[in-house]
Amino acid sequence: MNIESRLAQIGSQEDPRTGAVNYPIYQSTAFRHPRLGQSTGFDYSRTKSPTRSVLEQAAADLENADGGFACSSGMAALTTIFALFSQGDHLIVSLDLYGGTYRLLEQILSRYGITASYVDTNDIEAMEELCTAGTKAVLIETPTNPLMMITDIEKVAAWAKSKGFLTIVDNTLLTPFLQRPLDLGADIVIHSATKYLGGHNDVLAGLIMTKGEELTKKMGFLHNSLGAVLGPQDSYLLMRGMKTLALRMERHEYNSVKMAEWLKAHPAVEEVYHPALPHHPGHEIQKRQSSGNTGIFSFRMKDARTVEPILRHLKLIAFAESLGGVESLLTYPAIQTHADIPEEIRKKVGVDDRLLRFSVGIEHIEDLIADLGAAIDAALQEIEGA
Amino acid sequence: MANSEQDFSTKLIHFGKEIDKTTGASSVPIYQASTFHHFDLDNPPAHDYSRSGNPTREALEEYIAVLEGGARGFAFASGMAAISTAFLLLSAGDHVVVTEDVYGGTYRLLTTVLNRLNIDSTFVDMTDFEQVKMALKPNTKAVFMETPSNPTLKITDIAEIAAWSKELGLLTMLDNTFMTPYHQRPIELGVDIVIHSATKFLSGHSDVLAGLIVTADESLGRRVKQLQNGLGTVLSAQESWLLMRGMKTLQVRMEASEKGAAKLAAWLQAHPGVEKVYYPGLKDHPRGDIHAKQSKGFGAVVSFDVGSGERARKMLGKVKLPIVAVSLGAVESILSYPAMMSHAAMPREVRHARGITDGLVRYSVGLEDIDDLIRDLEQALDI
Repeated sequence: MNIESRLAQIGSQEDPRTGAVNYPIYQSTAFRHPRLGQSTGFDYSRTKSPTRSVLEQAAADLENADGGFACSSGMAALTTIFALFSQGDHLIVSLDLYGGTYRLLEQILSRYGITASYVDTNDIEAMEELCTAGTKAVLIETPTNPLMMITDIEKVAAWAKSKGFLTIVDNTLLTPFLQRPLDLGADIVIHSATKYLGGHNDVLAGLIMTKGEELTKKMGFLHNSLGAVLGPQDSYLLMRGMKTLALRMERHEYNSVKMAEWLKAHPAVEEVYHPALPHHPGHEIQKRQSSGNTGIFSFRMKDARTVEPILRHLKLIAFAESLGGVESLLTYPAIQTHADIPEEIRKKVGVDDRLLRFSVGIEHIEDLIADLGAAIDAALQEIEGA
Repeated sequence: MANSEQDFSTKLIHFGKEIDKTTGASSVPIYQASTFHHFDLDNPPAHDYSRSGNPTREALEEYIAVLEGGARGFAFASGMAAISTAFLLLSAGDHVVVTEDVYGGTYRLLTTVLNRLNIDSTFVDMTDFEQVKMALKPNTKAVFMETPSNPTLKITDIAEIAAWSKELGLLTMLDNTFMTPYHQRPIELGVDIVIHSATKFLSGHSDVLAGLIVTADESLGRRVKQLQNGLGTVLSAQESWLLMRGMKTLQVRMEASEKGAAKLAAWLQAHPGVEKVYYPGLKDHPRGDIHAKQSKGFGAVVSFDVGSGERARKMLGKVKLPIVAVSLGAVESILSYPAMMSHAAMPREVRHARGITDGLVRYSVGLEDIDDLIRDLEQALDI
């Protein structure tokens, strides 16, 4: 069945008793045992909850995974995955990384002797050099956030397999509608489902999808033991969001490409980072491994002084953290999402004080262009007047 | 507004954020938002991303801090998410002394996940202070208590352990799930961190999975906040709201269930088919006096041993009123079989050594009429 159909039908045939086309929200923590030693399959909702289970099965199905696990946030999903590792283990990680992941690795996991090296994950030679006796996994974000660097998943996964490492792919930005890393050889996919999968900036959630029986079992154990699970209300809201994923992604892509092209031609803009633009270094790989583009991209202004007034003059586009919602958001990574990454690393990857990240929503493209255009004009006037 | 003069029952209703400032609504709004607009780049909003701070969750966090008399409160996706987060205050190479009949999930976390991160633990009978002292190692950093413990309701002398720990510079953590702040406020007895599986009595309706942490002081609060945000183990807005709704009736629920539990314990003690009854309110409880010193009540959980696994199974098959399930602390009575449920994660020999025998069952008394519950149990024990 095509993915659009599977998305629209999430949970629609899971409640045979009533036939409800939306799976019920089981706001129950405990489940009665029919007899001692017998279980309905549900005992305690941290271990397994009916509403969460329907979401987890749907998520696993979309990524062609063997198991799905829903967590209280994207970071909780990452924490649960990282609990696979032990003292002395080492990870190879995308250089241009989400600030929260960097913080988790450097401020928390480092206290347990779990180390990470940051590298351009397209550079196999560089990764080869970073390997230690303790290396256990490669963590890729592709596209990266915010600079939209593309990694060849198949190439890295094949290399990792040859070394006996796990390949973990953060698929938050493209979603299984556009990219399915497990089909390209990855072992674990992680989502901040708060973003496109939820799609409405209303649910905080994370998802883990695993390939292989042993890994799935291990992840289930950790999911239950650490207990950072998603509640039933949010599980339902996430499924509700996922039903429109295909439509939303199509519109996000259309709007973001138009917006990127418009900004590329704007005289106040120095550079636009969008994999759909032919000059983007990851353009060809992206075209090969995914079936489309996400709704976010970033751009660099020529003059840092324009940033603050642009953000102030926006009327329609919200200035906020997060991405992937139906409403357009503009983020200033250097002080928001990437504030926890040291300035030296930020500068190395290009997250500087002129960089803005645009999460393009599903509003009409002409209104978005008009709003940003007016804000840039007003900003330019201010700095010229100053 | 809550102040320290007010009675606990008043604080339960007027904890400080009970009225929405914008609309006057009598219940905290459910902020189902993951992100927040920055109206001004230089003056960021109080909340910018819900993992870092959500107004609904924040109201709950202030609520539990007021009730426990602590500095800061934090809400988590489950009791285990709270416990996982609390233990990550420790680093590789650290050692923690833990009460031996700790909840099975905590035991599993320490022995299968945290051990791999080189956090070392020793399980001791905390009713014996000498054992606690003997477990001390040069790298001991913390003591984890659970009192009354689950399911054999052993009592740890909180003030004694807390004072000793403070002298040695150890962090003290206490799982206060069974007593709730209505009965027992460990921070007032010198404990640094109080943890709850709020899924139980605080929420009280078997409908919310949640965990809470309260820290005694601000600096510990800042460290927990960093972990809560960094690990992302937070409670959602919907569940935060439901938990607050449950907490408003904590005292009346606790009072009613406890009255029933006391009657049930006395009845069980007189029953010829019951070998042993565990309830801190019974006169012959070995450390009932210590419990009475540190807690205002005895709680609503009664454990009892019916002699054998076979008898336990038969009885569980015959009861009609309580639900046979894991969990506890709800409006409906819940009968659990620790050997196969809450403590299934514990190896059999360890379990037996801790008194969690095959004949042991745990009764969490709900709000049903106690005479109905006793009549039901009477017919079930007729085996």
